[in-house]
Amino acid sequence: MKKIFSRTESLCEADTHYCSGCGHGLVHRLVAEAIDELGIREATIGITPVGCAVVAYNYWNFDCVESPHGRCLAIATAIKRLQPQQIVFTYQGDGDLAAIGTAETVHAANRGENLTVIFINNAVYGMTGGQMAPTTLIGQKTATSPEGRNAKNDGLPLKISEMLAGLAGVYSIERVSTDSPKEIFKTKQAIKSAFKNQMENKGFSLVEILSACPTYLGLSPLESMDWIRNTMSKEFPLGKIK
Amino acid sequence: MASIKINREKCKGCMLCISVCPKKQIKRDEALNKRGINPVIFLDSGCNGCTLCAVVCPDMAIEVYK
Repeated sequence: MKKIFSRTESLCEADTHYCSGCGHGLVHRLVAEAIDELGIREATIGITPVGCAVVAYNYWNFDCVESPHGRCLAIATAIKRLQPQQIVFTYQGDGDLAAIGTAETVHAANRGENLTVIFINNAVYGMTGGQMAPTTLIGQKTATSPEGRNAKNDGLPLKISEMLAGLAGVYSIERVSTDSPKEIFKTKQAIKSAFKNQMENKGFSLVEILSACPTYLGLSPLESMDWIRNTMSKEFPLGKIK
Repeated sequence: MASIKINREKCKGCMLCISVCPKKQIKRDEALNKRGINPVIFLDSGCNGCTLCAVVCPDMAIEVYK
């Protein structure tokens, strides 16, 4: 029998520290597979965030730089401008990209930097203990919104993808999900095309991935998938935004 | 006939693979692994090698052979 599905070269053998059912491990694999299929492993530099994925560099077998909180796109801009032949991407969660790093995100997008952004949206702060994130849904209970997020006090969920799509510098924005094998295949295609855009010098590409955080949603991994499908993707509709 | 190989020490017991297997070839193991959780085991009685279990696995704990 032939091996038809196994670990790709860009993914290290190391066990991840992620909780059971967490979407990060899955997206790490999709990024690694996309990079290997495009044959760009030796040319790739990843920028890892502060958040649960802070040690993603231990799981990927290509060069990575760890960024201060939220500043991934500032570092990515510098690296890409100094070494335009390298493929530079950032991997950021909603706390990193949509909260503390909003300024860097908006301005890098507005400058139309030729970068690829993998944005993990799980609607909660995972690393610090399940607090409310900018992307937390109305009514969603978190450590800092125990009665559920209330629009009057806490504002509305921040839709980064729709917001950035309005900027002339942005080339491509797509929102995908990880709730089923079908959506996972689409997610991989979206990641691959975001890398291709950079290889063809087309400009700023962002892939927003709706991902599960079963621990802080207080759901089982399987229930989290249903929650993404039936609740979260109503607030964050899937598809090509730009 | 296809088969899968589950790395029981990498498995974190999320059970997502069980939910997608069209042939119901994976089940929860009653014995614990070194992490102290119940991993999944392969029943090996009719796997068709569709790879869906490996595609949804967040921990790359499944290899597929065909």
